[in-house]
Amino acid sequence: METQGSVSHTVPRPGRSVRAQSVKAAHLGKAALWPTLVVLALLLAPFVLASYPLALLGRVLALAIAALGASVVWGRAGILSLGQGLFFGLGGYALAMHLKLAATPKGELPDFMVYSGINKLPWFWQPFHSAPFALLMVVVLPGLAAYLIGWLMFRRRITGVFVSIITQALVLAFVTWLGGAQGLTSGSNGITDFQTFMGLNLRGPDFSRELYWATLLILGVSFAGTAWVLNTPFGSLLTAIRDNENRSRFLGYNPAAFKVAAFVLGGVLSGLSGALYTLHLGTISPAMIGVAFSIELVVWVALGGRASLWGAAGGMVLGQLAKDRISSAAPEAWLYIMGALFVLVVMYLPEGVAGLLKSRLSGGAGRRPAPLPMHPEVKDAV
Amino acid sequence: MDAVFLFGQLFTGLSVASILLLAALGLALSFGLMRVINMAHGEFLMFGGYLTYLASQWVGPQFLWLAFPLAFVGSALLGAVLEFTVIRRLYGRPLDTLLATFGISLILQQAARQIFGSTGVPVMAPAWLSGAITVHGGALDGLTFPYVRLFVMALSALVLIAVWWLLNRSRFGMHVRAVNQNREVASSLGVNTRQLDMLVFALGSGIAGVAGAGLALLAPVNPTVGSAYIVNAFLVVVVGGVGSVLGGAVAALLLGCITALAEGLTSVSLAQAILLVVVVAFLQWKPRGLFPTQSRALEEA
Repeated sequence: METQGSVSHTVPRPGRSVRAQSVKAAHLGKAALWPTLVVLALLLAPFVLASYPLALLGRVLALAIAALGASVVWGRAGILSLGQGLFFGLGGYALAMHLKLAATPKGELPDFMVYSGINKLPWFWQPFHSAPFALLMVVVLPGLAAYLIGWLMFRRRITGVFVSIITQALVLAFVTWLGGAQGLTSGSNGITDFQTFMGLNLRGPDFSRELYWATLLILGVSFAGTAWVLNTPFGSLLTAIRDNENRSRFLGYNPAAFKVAAFVLGGVLSGLSGALYTLHLGTISPAMIGVAFSIELVVWVALGGRASLWGAAGGMVLGQLAKDRISSAAPEAWLYIMGALFVLVVMYLPEGVAGLLKSRLSGGAGRRPAPLPMHPEVKDAV
Repeated sequence: MDAVFLFGQLFTGLSVASILLLAALGLALSFGLMRVINMAHGEFLMFGGYLTYLASQWVGPQFLWLAFPLAFVGSALLGAVLEFTVIRRLYGRPLDTLLATFGISLILQQAARQIFGSTGVPVMAPAWLSGAITVHGGALDGLTFPYVRLFVMALSALVLIAVWWLLNRSRFGMHVRAVNQNREVASSLGVNTRQLDMLVFALGSGIAGVAGAGLALLAPVNPTVGSAYIVNAFLVVVVGGVGSVLGGAVAALLLGCITALAEGLTSVSLAQAILLVVVVAFLQWKPRGLFPTQSRALEEA
């Protein structure tokens, strides 16, 4: 078996170290400059943008939180989950159930339950009358689901593409069940017609701006929190497990525990994103969270650069903005463009735009990007 | 719940399982050999279905003699092109192949939508397939076995036997098994592994095309028919054990019957969820499937 040459790529050659250091300093300056500009632009956006572009921006910023989760789970822990839509949906539905109850007059049932002939509020809807409970569930439900699924998979050392297949099947099962359970979840129509949230009028003139601020704040906190977590030894261990799970096991760590933790973090971020997205759109339905959504999420993250939080979030934001533009201008062409993007990104930009920029900035032109961490089973098989 | 209904469900389950089996065969082959996850595999099924539709348009009622060869060769060629242009460049990166092939499946689906429209195109089964065997008398009075479904089951049994023979009794199959066990050693002994990869991928795609032709006889062909089957086909591969034809067959039968029974007892949407719970529970017991390939390697699928 050939040994992976990843070490030789990261060690600078002796004659270049001085230059590399000065480049690094310049890089640091640039690295601080761009995020500041981006944050400033996002802060100023509500004063510049009209209502539709602002709503669109807020919506894609909400999705960027899910991209952060995918970056942790895939970019850092090496788990390609095609089921992030499940956690996104759990967060979204948890909030939507509360909003629906809040929009329903006291003593009455939500309209879709009446249509399907249900005459008593199902038990699991009862606690969602309380807003704090619903907000708690936005985080707890996806986290719990991610914990359970992750624990069941990683405990038995299910890895690589098997994880992808199982998570994809899970989100499909969830969506199929949602679509079928007309009386419990409003089926494929989804839950809609919200009025108020904790006393705020969702249709009021100021709400969209307030929601934008809230989204930006939550995104900022999630970003900083995730970046901090990934900077701790925990983050380094995730990288170690991604690059060689067996080696880290031999060093005495339990990879399953770390992978489950990363999976839960990714799930919670997805759930938060789903709840915010539900508020932005004023509705949530199975079609919004299904297999296609889950894979699209992964592709925008791949395009931006899955190993970098900036890359993942930026890829999601720019990708969704492009999608909005192109799919309204040429709906027929959009799927072709997106399909071609999938193929081209994995073939020519395996580390995404962030990886490309990083190698340009740090190594100068002509430096080959470090090879992607290969999955161990493949290294042996091929 | 009477016996007639139960057996009827089981029979339908078996016929769905036989399609699933054909779809999973190709996946198991290319996954076992190249560790490639082909998300566009379902679209080969769709492609075979549309080719059958075209054959029925061109030839008239007796189109089956043309439909199956056309579906097989057409899908195999499409598979070969895909292998040559995209998949070949992504060997060793299974997660990336998964994404790239998903992109290809989006493109193929959209193309089908523009050419044939998003509603299904019906394929009329020939007259000699339109009857059914009905049980008279006894406990199972009234149970019917439509000829079409029997035909599809026979077809998939035939393909299964052919693939088994090809893999276990032919020189080509010997090469496939050798590469499966150790690619480098096989290559150094003179097996042209790149060519073999392409042939196996094309073979798997061709089988999916045949499955699509069979499926066209049962239900109208629409652009999303492939994505409806692909997830369950992957589950079959996972449960059966990677690269095992026998495992795939057993798993397809099991999953098909479980789904059919669950659908009969509850609802279609719950059945999918139940199936998944069963699969995840099963993987707790046997994480490497029913018939895993034995190996002493530390890190292997």
